[in-house]
Amino acid sequence: MLKTIVSAAMRPMSRRSLLAASAGLAMGLAAALPSAKAQDTIKVGILHSLSGTMAISETTLKDVMLMLIDEQNKKGGVLGKKLEAVVVDPASNWPLFAEKARELISKDKVSVVFGCWTSVSRKSVLPVFKELNSILFYPVQYEGEESERNVFYTGAAPNQQAIPAVDYLMSKDGGEVKRWVLAGTDYVYPRTTNKILEAYLKSKGVKQEDIMINYTPFGHSDWQTIVADIKKFGSAGKKTAVVSTINGDANVPFYKELGNQGIKATDIPVVAFSVGEEELAGIDTKPLLGHLAAWNYFQSIDTPLNKEYIAKWQAYTKNPKRTFNDPMEAHVIGFNMWVKAVEKAKSTDADKVIEALPGTEAPNLTGGTSKMLPNHHITKPVFIGEVRGDGQFDVVWKTPGLVPGDAWSKELPESKDLIGDWVDKKCGNYNTKTNKCGS
Amino acid sequence: MGCVRGLLIACVVGLGMILSAGAAHAQTYESALAGFTTDSFADTDAAVGAVAASGSPLALQVIDTLQAGRLMFNAEAKKVYLREASGAILDAATGQAASGVSADSLKPVRVNNRVRRAIEAAVGSLTLLSPDPGKRLEAARAVFKSRETSALKTLNAAIDKETDSRVKQALIEARAAAIISSPDASPSEKIDAIAVIRDRGDQDARGLLASIPDSANEEVKKSAASAISSIDTNLAMWSMVQNAWYGLSLGSVLLLAAIGLAITFGVMGVINMAHGEMVMLGAYTTFTVQELIRTYNPALFDYSLLFAVPLAFIVAGLVGIVIERGVIRFLYGRPLETLLATWGISLIIQQAIRTIYGANNREVGAPSWMSGAFELGGITITYNRLWIICFTLAVFVALLGVLRLTRLGLEMRAVTQNRTMAASMGIRTARIDALTFGLGSGIAGIAGVALSQIDNVSPNLGQGYIIDSFMVVVFGGVGNLWGTLVGAFTLGIANKFLEPYAGAVLGKIAILVLIILFIQKRPRGLFALKGRAVEA
Repeated sequence: MLKTIVSAAMRPMSRRSLLAASAGLAMGLAAALPSAKAQDTIKVGILHSLSGTMAISETTLKDVMLMLIDEQNKKGGVLGKKLEAVVVDPASNWPLFAEKARELISKDKVSVVFGCWTSVSRKSVLPVFKELNSILFYPVQYEGEESERNVFYTGAAPNQQAIPAVDYLMSKDGGEVKRWVLAGTDYVYPRTTNKILEAYLKSKGVKQEDIMINYTPFGHSDWQTIVADIKKFGSAGKKTAVVSTINGDANVPFYKELGNQGIKATDIPVVAFSVGEEELAGIDTKPLLGHLAAWNYFQSIDTPLNKEYIAKWQAYTKNPKRTFNDPMEAHVIGFNMWVKAVEKAKSTDADKVIEALPGTEAPNLTGGTSKMLPNHHITKPVFIGEVRGDGQFDVVWKTPGLVPGDAWSKELPESKDLIGDWVDKKCGNYNTKTNKCGS
Repeated sequence: MGCVRGLLIACVVGLGMILSAGAAHAQTYESALAGFTTDSFADTDAAVGAVAASGSPLALQVIDTLQAGRLMFNAEAKKVYLREASGAILDAATGQAASGVSADSLKPVRVNNRVRRAIEAAVGSLTLLSPDPGKRLEAARAVFKSRETSALKTLNAAIDKETDSRVKQALIEARAAAIISSPDASPSEKIDAIAVIRDRGDQDARGLLASIPDSANEEVKKSAASAISSIDTNLAMWSMVQNAWYGLSLGSVLLLAAIGLAITFGVMGVINMAHGEMVMLGAYTTFTVQELIRTYNPALFDYSLLFAVPLAFIVAGLVGIVIERGVIRFLYGRPLETLLATWGISLIIQQAIRTIYGANNREVGAPSWMSGAFELGGITITYNRLWIICFTLAVFVALLGVLRLTRLGLEMRAVTQNRTMAASMGIRTARIDALTFGLGSGIAGIAGVALSQIDNVSPNLGQGYIIDSFMVVVFGGVGNLWGTLVGAFTLGIANKFLEPYAGAVLGKIAILVLIILFIQKRPRGLFALKGRAVEA
């Protein structure tokens, strides 16, 4: 193995060949899965990074998809055919996502793809899905401002996560926060979310001087200065909270620094949009008691369906400690919707399934029924949870009903008139003022 | 223990009160308890305040139980129960064991940040007269934060009785905070209180003064404004000290990450892209050691890092020797191939760790002596950073000692300075190469033990440090340990002084630009080696 890598690396030095070498390693693992043998199967593509930086979050999504497919096959498959998973590893490398998506659609002829985590990976595969006319289910909360015919967004749009979280903190139960730190990693999701939040806060009468915006590079590990700044910003005599769109690995050192500098949730609460049960698994959560997260799902929510899935998941992974999280639930909902749409369309043809999907309903694990909307987003409940000592969350607030996802934010002047409607208007960015598509 | 003692006090205090007006108190206490049965944070918040104010001997016990998440209620019967840690269920109204109540019919009273704030304030005002000075100090701080006006009377009594000067100061500050927030206090009282707060001079003091409403008396407002500006001047001065401290701390992390590379790259000239993975191996060794200790002997947990340091050195060092013997020795003098080969090795190690331990972050706990922080003047110093600085310097001195004072060090220097000459003097150069690479890798492993305390332990841990490490070594001057030391601290401090003005992203870019300019001017770094060693 070692020799292969070395010799591969010694050929003319191009980035691609190196990437191929690294991907090859992971592909070896993927190849162990059943490969195409029978023709009468329906192929389901899984496009999640199994190596590289994003493997931490995406590997579990691949596993949950395999579990769902396995389970559906035990029930007899779809349209009388067995489902067959095709797993590829885009290795946290954005251009490779597009390459692997093309491979899945044109070579493996999959009927549908479940995949991507970061917005940049989604943007990178978009042209491929449009060109080859296939279907992508995207399970992660994202910045919105997008509605594509070939993509179904089962994660939260900003109005299904960020806005309700801020509303809660402004309420009496949330501590009547008057001063806001918007801290994020420097890329498109935090920047867009913070733009939306800033506009929203200002519309609620928060002054510019009461908003502090801070961006840090990916994987930032030295949080001393920023945590001290937050402490200083919080000493202006008004209740202060931090809205965190800090992504991935940077969260652990951030929370460790918060704990060490003694910032308690009763003083300055931090509400996070990218921190779930999985991320907390790497930290001692006792100093973080009471810090918040906003999601559409928490593992601790006590419903029969949720218990059933957690038990199934832990049995499937043979690990009684495995956690279940929000994007995993999104895949469960997305997969069930796809199955229903295929059965309704009586075909796996992309055009027919895309037509059948809006209006399809599937139960979410927390006790409601989510519905696919014409803008290809779904309705979801929103929960605010406080971190417990054991790394789980206590739900302290939830929306009274399900919130429909807005593809285009109503808070931003450039998108407030836009809607996505693939049923009547056949358009992802229809302007309700000018009644035209595309402006 | 403290809980029991607090309870005793509450009993004693409560007994006196019962004697005076027992019936009336019992009534308010019981009606206050009803607030816990509605499953609403607002009612729970109010109930905590009412229970604390009721003067009931059970008040503190009820609130402590609520904080522990063991206060239960039955909504239909409107009854509240205390579940002891042992599982026994007591009736909250009487404090007696409740018979015939099963835990299944009860729901815990939910707690959120709002309720937690109320609990802190209530426990604060209930424990101001505790016999334990530590408790009193905590109580005084809690009242300072909650600015509970109703605690004023108890505060006055507590200040009169107090003998411990530290606690007394905290109590006086708490009283000042309560006076400032009290609507009844006279302006002259408030101005005196503001003077007390001004002398405290930290960010909490500033926050308290800034919260004085615009509707306050003119005189009070004026004196608050002047106190704020005096605190601000003071804080601005301390913020320079703070930046310097943060710079030292960042510098020590950079030095720790780079010091192993200063051997493998600096001394041996191997462009070792797998250096970060040695750090990562060290961190995973720490994780493994902690897991074993947790399973077999949790009492030793505080010493886990002490066991982890030598083990990490051995694990990373052995892997380093294997890499050197297996791959790198065939590639000496071919930097491009070495770079690619070691990069490939780094990917293999990462994926191997991912396969063994999983892709998720692993939790490495902090021993108690590395948790928390203390205040030094106007800055907060966290113990983990302090220890990391000490540890880094210790590692640096030890390494310097090995290179200068031991036979191995002598041979290493001989081989790197003139390989042929060293060989003809009878030094087995191949063995020395392997040992040197092993030493550099081992030091990187030790760095991993320390970094596991501040960063996340994941297969990608090393990648975050590889660029910084090369930067430090090149900037400091290849082949010079002192250069690495000075380089690391210079970069750390420069970064931390830039960050408050430029932000984290721009600050990092600015540092990189500065280094590029510097290398243009001095391609061999801060401390360039002179003489024949340069040609080697």
